[in-house]
Formats: sequence, C-alpha cells, structure tokens
Amino acid sequence: MEPPIRVLVAKPGLDGHDRGVKVIARALRDAGMEVVYTGLRQTPEMIVNAALQEDVQVIGLSILSGAHMSIVPRVMELLREKEMTDVLVIVGGIVPDEDAGQLKQLGVAAVYQPGASLGEIVEFIRSSVKQAA
Amino acid sequence: MARTLGDAGAVATKRFTTLSGIPLEAVYGPEHLENFDPARDLGAPGEFPYTRGIHRDMYRGRLWTMRQFSGFATPEETNRRYHYLLEQGQTGLSVAFDLPTLMGFDADHPNSLGEVGKCGVSVSSLEDMEILFRGIPLERVTVSMTINSPAAILWAMYLAVAEQQGADWSRISGTLQNDILKEYIAQKEYIYPPRPSMRLVTDVIEFAALRVPRFNPISISGYHIREAGSTAVQELAFTLRDGIEYVDWALARGLAVDEFAPRLSFFFNAHNDFFEEIAKYRAARKMWALIMRDRYGARSDRSWKLRFHAQTAGCSLTWQQPYNNVVRTALQALAAVLGGAQSLHTNSLDEAYALPSEHAVTLALRTQQVIAHETGVTAAPDPLGGSFFLERLTLEMEKAAGDYIRRIDGMGGMIAAIEQCYPQREIAQASYEYQRSIETGERTIVGVNAFQSEKEEPIELLQIDEAAARHQEEKLAALRRRRDAARVRAALDALKREAEGTGNTLPAILDAVRAYATLGEIAEAFRDVFGTYQEPSVL
Repeated sequence: MEPPIRVLVAKPGLDGHDRGVKVIARALRDAGMEVVYTGLRQTPEMIVNAALQEDVQVIGLSILSGAHMSIVPRVMELLREKEMTDVLVIVGGIVPDEDAGQLKQLGVAAVYQPGASLGEIVEFIRSSVKQAA
Repeated sequence: MARTLGDAGAVATKRFTTLSGIPLEAVYGPEHLENFDPARDLGAPGEFPYTRGIHRDMYRGRLWTMRQFSGFATPEETNRRYHYLLEQGQTGLSVAFDLPTLMGFDADHPNSLGEVGKCGVSVSSLEDMEILFRGIPLERVTVSMTINSPAAILWAMYLAVAEQQGADWSRISGTLQNDILKEYIAQKEYIYPPRPSMRLVTDVIEFAALRVPRFNPISISGYHIREAGSTAVQELAFTLRDGIEYVDWALARGLAVDEFAPRLSFFFNAHNDFFEEIAKYRAARKMWALIMRDRYGARSDRSWKLRFHAQTAGCSLTWQQPYNNVVRTALQALAAVLGGAQSLHTNSLDEAYALPSEHAVTLALRTQQVIAHETGVTAAPDPLGGSFFLERLTLEMEKAAGDYIRRIDGMGGMIAAIEQCYPQREIAQASYEYQRSIETGERTIVGVNAFQSEKEEPIELLQIDEAAARHQEEKLAALRRRRDAARVRAALDALKREAEGTGNTLPAILDAVRAYATLGEIAEAFRDVFGTYQEPSVL
C-alpha cells in the first residue's frame, strides 16, 4: 500500500471565503489523502513554513480575492529559496485565463477556476504526485 | 465536448425536493393545509403576523429600493460609479469595501499588498469617505454599508461626512451591516473575539437609537450564510437566531425593546429554488413577528415587522456561459419581489470573474426595472398567497427553522453554538453535499455539468490594477504629514480608555475620525484592547 499523499490546503491573504477550500480538503481526505488545512489569513511565509513542517507533497492555494498575482509568485519564490521545488503547487479560485497562464510559467502545476470538478482535482494530484515519485 | 443531458435526472424516478431537501408532493391541494388558520397563520398584508408582507399596499404604494452593491479601486472611481448608477435609476446606494478595509487595515499596511481595491473600494480615512460621497447629499440619499468588524469606525466616518455636509443626523438614513455573528459563522471577516465585537455592535445600535434614529444600525444577514453553502432552512434559522442574540444584548445594555427593534433590518439571499425562496421570506416575517411579540413582549408594530434587503445568489453564478447568469439573476430577483423584499441587489453577469463592469451592472439594474415596470407583479401584494404549494412550503420552512432555533437555544445561544462550531459544521456539511450532488449529476447546473459549450466567448471585464493601491498609499502619506499628530494620539489614547471601560465607544471613535486617525490606527487600538480571534479549524 502506498503511503497517502500529503496535501496542505491554504487560504493566503485576507480573503475569508473558505467554502471551496473546505470542500476540496474534505474531498481529498475522502480520496485517501492526508490533508492539513492552514486556516485563514496566511502569509506566503506561513504557508511555506507549514508545508515544510508538515512535509507535504502538494500545496493547494485558494484565492478568490484577486490578489493571486501578488501572493502566488511570492509562494513560488519562497519554495525556490527553501529548495522545495519538488512540491506540487495548485491554485484554485478566481483567476482569469491570462493570469493562469502566467502562474503556470512560474511553476504552478494547475489552476482551477470556478466550476472545476473535485474528481478532476483528485485525479490530477494522484497522477502528478506519482509521476514526481 | 458539448453534450445534452439526455436523461436529465431521469424524471420518472426522480425524488423531488427543494434545494434544502424538503420533500415535495406530486401535487398540492387543500388537503395539505388542514388545520390552516388564515387569521393565525397568514394575516393580511400589513397585518400581524405579516406573512403576506409588512405593508397593506406593498409595491402599489412604493417600489422596493433598487440598491446595487458597488465599490472598487479608489474612492474617486467608486464615486463616479455611484453617480452613474443614480443617473441610471438606482434609488439607493450600497458600499462594497475592499478586504483591507473590511479587515481594519490601511491601504499601506503590509497585509494589504495585492488586495487594495480588488474586492471593493479602499477606504482608510475620513478623507476617503469624503471623496466617496462627493456630490451625494446624505440627507436625500440612503446608503447601505457592508462592513462588519470595523463597522463602528466606518459609520463614524460616514456620520462625520454627513456633519460636514450640514446634514442632520436625525434625518439621515441608511443601513450598516454590522452583523458580527455571521462573520464567525460564514463570512469570516472577524477581527476581535465575539464578546468585545458584540459590545461594538451594541454600541452602534444604542448610538443609533439615541442619535441617528432613522438609520438601520444592523442588517442581520443570511445572505453570507447561504453563500457559504447552507440550505435555505439553515439560512432562515441562523439569521433569526442571530437576531435573537442581538436583541438580548441590546436589552442587556438597558434599551427597551421598542426603542431599537423597529430599526433592526435583515438581509437574505435570493437563490435558485423559486418557491422555496418565497416561502423563506414569508416564514421569516411570520417567525420574527411572533418572536418579537411573544418572546420579547414588543408592543410596537414597527418592532414586529421584519424589513429585509435581498441579493441574488452570488454562489449560483457560473464561470461557464456567463450570459446564463442574466437569466438566473432575473428569476432570483423575481422571487425576492414576489417574496416582498424592501430593497434588492441584482448580480451582474460577470461576477464569477470580476467586479461588475459598467455594462454588466447596467443590465443588472435594468433587470429590476423590467420586473418593476413591465411584469405587473407589483400590482397585488403577495400575489402568490393562497397557493396550496406556497402556503404548505411556508409552514414547512417555519417548522424546520424553528427546530434549529430551539436547538441553538438549548446550546446556550448563538455565541455558545459558534464556540461549539455548530453552525459552521452544519454549513460545511450542506456545502459538501451540494457539491457532491453536482459531481454525481444528481443536480444539474446548466453550462457546467450539462449543456456545456465547447467554445466560450470571452467577455470584457473590469480591470483593477495596482495603480489604485499606489494612489491610496500616496494619499495616506500626505494625510499623515498634514494632520495634527498630537490630536490623533490623544484621540487614540482616549479611545483605548473608552474601549477598556464599558461606555459607548462611538463618541471616542468620532473624535478620532474627525482628527483623521486612520481606519487602521483605530482598528489597531481596538486590537490592543480586545485581542484578535482565531477560529478553530473545522472542515
């Protein structure tokens, strides 16, 4: 039996809308992953530190506030500084297509916009983490 | 791949329920209203228990207020949008603040990076409030402000602007959301812990009762609870139970119930299940009338009448095929009107992507105007009253919501329930079940899990860039340079002393605001005294 995939789901910035992140966290748990939810109003530093401490393979960032182009690049930069670039980063929320493209260029593995399915996200994580291993 | 859902829920074997899960009969008839007493259960429009509406004539006498929630980037830009909306026939203003403002941070605070002006207008000081309402006479225009943790501070700024305009506080009207309980439950824009926050809420209610009597000092909200994923029954129950908590605190403050209850106002969601929403509003009115008269002994009929604003459901808007949202919004708005709302906001088609563009918000306003002027539904108060289906559903909603309220009473009240994570868990469960029902296809969302398009036409969106943040930062720097620093310091010290005591904090907040202490400085002074709140993580 493979060890469960370890995922950190986080709410960066001031946005307090946590409906989506809670549903995702539960779906990932139901899919057999170990999920740590950081809670609200995390800075990029707090998120990366938590990811390091929890030794996760995946970081999920939920951002609906429009602040993603300030927050996500900072997270990616910190991961590089801490040599954690093997951690899979996925972003969900309100991210326009052009920004999604830019985020992927920074190393974000996937960007999920409203309407994305839980099944799709679970599958993506499963197949991506397997590949990395 | 575009596909039609050929077996769209397999109609023949489908179980019919409302969105809340209330089971529905194959057809409704008089047998479903056995023991129904129209005098007790219904009343006439404008008569206790107001099931049919709080006015005898409803929209025949006066239309609901068309009040589009609005705000973005800088106060200058938002002021222009407000003038535009008023010119287009909007009849009241409603302010959307950005996340830094909502959370009590100035635009130049490190936590505000990337967030200034993105979700609403940035207001860091009285100067910003002055700009926001430039050319708008506050004695003639009613303004609603969606602000919670720092509500007292933003209200003080608003009152100071009214003062500058020479407007009489006893004549200005509007609404402050100021509903902190639903922040712990759903929207999560809390700063301080529950009890100090309730103190601030009560300070506003008290100050309004004494000094700003035409203002609604609170908008007890179910909208956000619903947006977080609750059912309509939970929305109804938790909102009314929050109301009960606020009444208890105001009474404990020493106010008589009829002194403040007439100005308690409410705010509900207008979601997709057409008849359930109408039943919800009717049940709300009936339940609140009974609560005020029987639980609290209120004697004024103004205390018995539940007045509410409605907003069409943001969470129902889709990213896919955004023009479908125009249709959803129109139908949701119609439900709110048939349900007797006093005030209404209709969402814009592009709000799954961004804040409304001018084009989109105009269409949203026109949606209300078409309903008001072309459909004829305004001619008869509670036109669906007497429908076997609707009357039965109203009773079911009342019963189900009543069960929740009794349960929360048994837990020791809403603050106790929040501390036990009860409403939060109920909402998380409901939202997970809802998402599952979409994943399995049990619930159809047009354009998302059925009737998809291969190609989507891009729509033009409102863009907000970092120029707004830079502008706000420059203004703040200039403000800090020119104001009387000693006066600000003295005002903040006095504020802290007041906060440490038990007096009403509004006079001290007003002094600080008039000295051009910033929102962040005042909120921080409160943080020093009250501490901050961390929610227990519940999934």
